[in-house]
Amino acid sequence: MSDLLANDLITPDAGEAPLLAQADVSILKAVPVTRLSYRGREGSLKAAGKAFGVALPVQPLSNSTAPKRAALWMGPDEWTLLAPEEELNAVFEAIEKGLGDTPHALVDVSHRSLAVIVSGAKAEWLLNTGIFIDLSLEAFPVGTVTRTIFHKAPVMLWRTGPDTFVVESWVSFMDYVSGLLVQVGQELAAA
Amino acid sequence: MLLVYCPYCDVERAETEFACRGEAHIARPADPTQVSDEDWVNYLYMRTNTKGVYAERWRHIHGCGRFFNAVRDTVSDRFLKFYKAGETMPDLEAIAKEAGK
Repeated sequence: MSDLLANDLITPDAGEAPLLAQADVSILKAVPVTRLSYRGREGSLKAAGKAFGVALPVQPLSNSTAPKRAALWMGPDEWTLLAPEEELNAVFEAIEKGLGDTPHALVDVSHRSLAVIVSGAKAEWLLNTGIFIDLSLEAFPVGTVTRTIFHKAPVMLWRTGPDTFVVESWVSFMDYVSGLLVQVGQELAAA
Repeated sequence: MLLVYCPYCDVERAETEFACRGEAHIARPADPTQVSDEDWVNYLYMRTNTKGVYAERWRHIHGCGRFFNAVRDTVSDRFLKFYKAGETMPDLEAIAKEAGK
């Protein structure tokens, strides 16, 4: 299963049946994680990164990871911070303490979205049925993270491996997103 | 579909990720209480509705969420320049000339 592991945070939920399991592409529900939305100006980044455990990336569409930590660039002043589900309070308090009076906004958005792991040789092809982005490795290298549109639903797309993507969407949109992915995947198998 | 370049993300993306928010470089009067009704109407509603090259605001709503400005030719629908919010308006005539309009 190691090739299906997105990274040490976004892992397949062992208690859930795969949404799609085919030789060349699979869709797996991911375990819940702590998601924090961090917004702040440049002057606050160093302290925030230090308190969180990994530096916040400043390069557009990039990520930075450490064991059990991931910081994803969402915008010039916005990051999504990922940590294990049970570490929510510890991480939240550490960042608030590390920043003190520095102006910033830290919000727990853990339950706002759900993630699925799309992996396999055909993962890129499958996602491209609803996402108008060049997902080749040259244009969208491993580690690239972006918000975009999947058909009509806003999603976050994060490439964690050459053949592995994490697709995150709001809870109420997840049935739509994963449903369309599964449907297209099944058509791929039938073709 | 139009391809729009986001100067914050440094990528070109499909138009569906963006929202166009009308003419750029319209400054809100610093002290609205001192503005006459007529001037306020002009500020609020009146736009140049240019045929040709003009600057407009775009927002990368399904990406980084940032506003930025673009120079677009409204006749050909071609984008001629993208620049970040807060930067001064480029010389539209020069851009138009360069594009051969």
